[in-house]
This record gives sequence, structure tokens and C-alpha cells, in this order.
Amino acid sequence: MASLWQPRTGGLLALAGVVAGLPLILPNAFYYDVAILVGINATVCVGLNLLIGYAGQISLGHAGFFALGAYASAILTGDHGWPPLAALAAGAVGVGVLSFVLAQPILKLKGHYLAMGTLGLGIIISIVLNQEAGLTGGPDGMPVPSLRALGHTVAGEHAWYALVGLVLIVSVWLTLNLIDSPVGRALQAVHGSESAAALTGVDVIRYKVLVFVVSAVLASLAGSLFAHYAGFITPAEASFARSIELVTMVVLGGMASTFGAVVGAAVLTILPQALTAFQDFKMLVFGAVLMGTMIFLRKGLVPTLAGLIRNRMRSGRA
Amino acid sequence: MTLLRVEHLSKSFGPSSAIENLSFAISPGTIHSIIGPNGAGKTTLFNLISGLYRPTSGTIWFDDADITALPPHRRARCGLSRTFQNLQVFLNLSALDNVMVGYHLACDGRFLPSLLRLPSVVRRDRDYREQAVALMRFVGLEAFVDAAADAMPYGALKRLELARALAVQPKMLLLDEPAAGLNPKETAELDFLIQQIAAQGITVVLVEHDMRLVWSVSNHILVLDHGRKLAEGTGWEIRHNEDVVAAYLGEGGRHR
Repeated sequence: MASLWQPRTGGLLALAGVVAGLPLILPNAFYYDVAILVGINATVCVGLNLLIGYAGQISLGHAGFFALGAYASAILTGDHGWPPLAALAAGAVGVGVLSFVLAQPILKLKGHYLAMGTLGLGIIISIVLNQEAGLTGGPDGMPVPSLRALGHTVAGEHAWYALVGLVLIVSVWLTLNLIDSPVGRALQAVHGSESAAALTGVDVIRYKVLVFVVSAVLASLAGSLFAHYAGFITPAEASFARSIELVTMVVLGGMASTFGAVVGAAVLTILPQALTAFQDFKMLVFGAVLMGTMIFLRKGLVPTLAGLIRNRMRSGRA
Repeated sequence: MTLLRVEHLSKSFGPSSAIENLSFAISPGTIHSIIGPNGAGKTTLFNLISGLYRPTSGTIWFDDADITALPPHRRARCGLSRTFQNLQVFLNLSALDNVMVGYHLACDGRFLPSLLRLPSVVRRDRDYREQAVALMRFVGLEAFVDAAADAMPYGALKRLELARALAVQPKMLLLDEPAAGLNPKETAELDFLIQQIAAQGITVVLVEHDMRLVWSVSNHILVLDHGRKLAEGTGWEIRHNEDVVAAYLGEGGRHR
């Protein structure tokens, strides 16, 4: 089974180790809550990073897909009594179809225009969730029943931590598989040069649509989990600010680095909590941290640090 | 027997026409050069043949099929491959993965097998990785197998594009100014490389300004001027064509 042991296996084991080890040092429910939110955000970011970091496309509307998943679960389980897993799957399929249909026209756009197109998409989803009060409860939000599957209810921070941790590890594993495959190379080729990719036989549109759908579906799944975990959701989940937050996590952690996406999600989820001590200056410090990172660690946290360590090891050997 | 046949091809950008009513044919197994002054439409012609541009009118036949309406990735499937004048290397990938993208059509590009990393995908990847290394060795890049593409010098990137284009396993290889920016020694190596590629049965078409290379490798030459065919023939015929000498080569050009 030599194929199992590769550079990426080490990273995956490290992630699993962190997820398994954290409960030893998490002191109380508050910390568990932050860790669970980190896991949910990281799952979205791992998918978003496939789109942004690897395929070189941008989406400023991914919070919309996250919220659609969340509302699909809320509405189908709460109002229609669907089993949560069926609602989660229905949300994922719905978002998959929606993103597939929208991807064709949207991904013909490039650069700023693609950003604007996805931005518009996110805003439309946000408006619909706000306005369709009969369905979504409007700006007041709506409650979500707890997650029940196979006769068990997922309740309490330990159960949720385990579930979200597992989902994150599986997402990272599948993503790493994908990147190191013909599909992953094709995505990165599209990023590198669309003409050259097309002339080596890569169906550029097909792969752009594929990665858009995959990242949207992953966001939807994470949204469904979040809805059940939080027990109450509002249209704020679909807000533009939330979409920007997700993109920032990917960029901060490091583009085209799956573990970077996880680290970025962790930093930007934990930081606001850690900065509560600064009270009124919270956003100021938050902004300064972001600017500092982007100025001094241009490639993002994980790629920059990995590069430093590699150089250190090389000079150590020489 | 023709591999590529271009009939009454025209391409205009707004009011100016880059290619005007151009017809020619290329037979398989030859090394074919397209020459002409700057702005003659050589790269436009390559973009039309490879599918990056759609012609304003005219037809392109490749391997007895009408490919005029096919998108570029389908033309690659038909056996067309090319390199670029302004390099189009995937700088975000390793050198080896650049060549691996060239094997895209041969690898399993389906989503689920890749996502689950099925043994068949892994096995095929491993096989083609070996072939990609062999191709890199063939073009003289054995020192760069483990390199990141963005850390390679210009001359090596040109070879990398060539290796990637060969990985497509083409019937016809379009080379857009392969000798541009190379020193005489590198050009001589390129000359040898092109002959070896042609010896494998791949039809080579090159756009080139380095006349020494053109005279040395070409079986057949097409001269473009202002988007039209000025002349066509063997090296000897072109060198003795008064129109070509007047428009492009100049008196000194014959003997270079």
C-alpha cells in the first residue's frame, strides 16, 4: 500500500491528530462552540479554495450556497417533517442543480466581471431569503429542529464536535485526492493558462463548472450542518459580508493550499473571539492583522510558513 | 494525401483582415514552415488552426474531418497540438505536472474516480508519470523533473512547452517561433529535436523567423504577407522566388 503513504498523508494525519487531540485541551462548552464553527467554516473554505486557489476563479457569493443548504434543512425538516439527512441531501442536490445551471453563464465571465456576477448571485439569494417571509421567516430567521439520524439525536458539544471534525477530515481527504488527480491537474491548468489547457484537451468550461458545483455543494452541506447545530438561522448567513469573510479565510490561509484553507478558517473564526478583550477596537485590530498578513505573508499563512521551513531545512543540510 | 487542408480561410478583426482567402494543404510526415514579415498573420493562422480563433469564413479540414467549428479541446482530441510564441506554461504547477496535463486525454478525467482516488486512476497516473519523465528527458529537461515551473529559466520553459505538446500524442504539432530567444547552440539542439520528432511520424508545422532553422529543417515552406499566400514550395523554390525576396528575405536572406 505504498500509494497510501504520500506527502499528503502526513498532512491528513496531522489534521486528524489535531481534531482528535483538541478535546484534551478545550476547557468548556464555549471553546467547543468555537471549534465547531471553525470546522464548519473550514469545510466551506476547503471547497472554496478548490475554486479560488486551484482553478483560479472567484466567488463572492458562496455564503448564498451555505445559506441555501441551511434553509433547505430548516424548511424541509421544520415545516415538512422530512428526516434531516434527506433534507440535507435535497439541499445539496438543489444547490448542485442551481449552481450547475448558473455556472454556464457566470463562468464565461472573467476577473472582475466574474466577481460581480457571483456577488450578484449571493445578493439575490440574500434578498429572496429576506423577502420570502412565509417560507423563511424573513429577517427574523427561523428555528431548526435538531439533527436526528439512524435513531440518534446529535446533541451536546461533544457529539457535534465529533461529527463536524469527521466531516472536515473527510472533506479534506476527498479534496486532496481530487487535487492529485487528472481532474485536479486540469483545474490548475485552467488557472495557469486557459488556452494552453484547452489545447492539451482540457474542456475548460466543463472543469470550471465542475469545480463551481463541487464547492457550492460542499458549502450547502456545511450550511445544513450549521443550521441543525445552531438551531436557529437568519438571512445574515447569506450576507455579502459573510461571503467576503469566506474568501478572506481562503486568501489568508493561502491560495491553493487545502490546509491553508483550514488554518485560515481557524484564524478568522477564533480571532474575533480572542479580540473581544479589545472591545471597541476589535474591528481595528482585526483589520490590522489582515493587512499585516497580506503585506508580510503575501502567499498566505501556510504556503509562506511551509516555504520558510523548507528553506531552513535545506540550509541546515548544506 | 493531406493531413491539414485550409480552404478560403479568412479572419478579420473589425475592418482589418489578418488572414485573407488563404488556401493550402499540408501532407503528413513533413516539416512545414510558415514564414513572413511581422504582422503577416502567422500566429493568427495558428490560432485559427488550433481553434483559439473562429474564422470569419472558410473551412479547416484535419485528418479528413471538418474541424472549423470544433472548440480547441476537441481539436486536441483529433490530434492537434501546439506551443506558444508567448509562453503559456502552467506556472502554478511543477514541471512534471505540466507534462502530465499534456496526458490529460489519456488519463481518466472523470470526477468520481479522481475524487475517490480509485486504484485505476493511481495506476494510470503512475504509468503516465513515467512517460512524462521520459518525455522531459527527450527534450533535454532531465535536470528539471522535480522543479517548479516558475523556477525554470526561459529556454527550459520553451522545452517544457514542447514536452507538454508532445504528451498530447499529436498527429500534427504546431510550433510558434520555437527558436525565438534561443542562442545558436540551443537552436542547433532544437533543429535536431524537430527532426527527431518528425522521424516519429509527427507532422511538424513551424512559424519561425530564424531562417537558418527554416532552411535546415523544412521540407515545405509557405510564405505569408498581409494575410495572403505570397508563395509556397520547397526551400530552394522559396529562396529563388523574386516576390519573396522582395517582400521578406531581402538579397541577403537567400544565403543565410
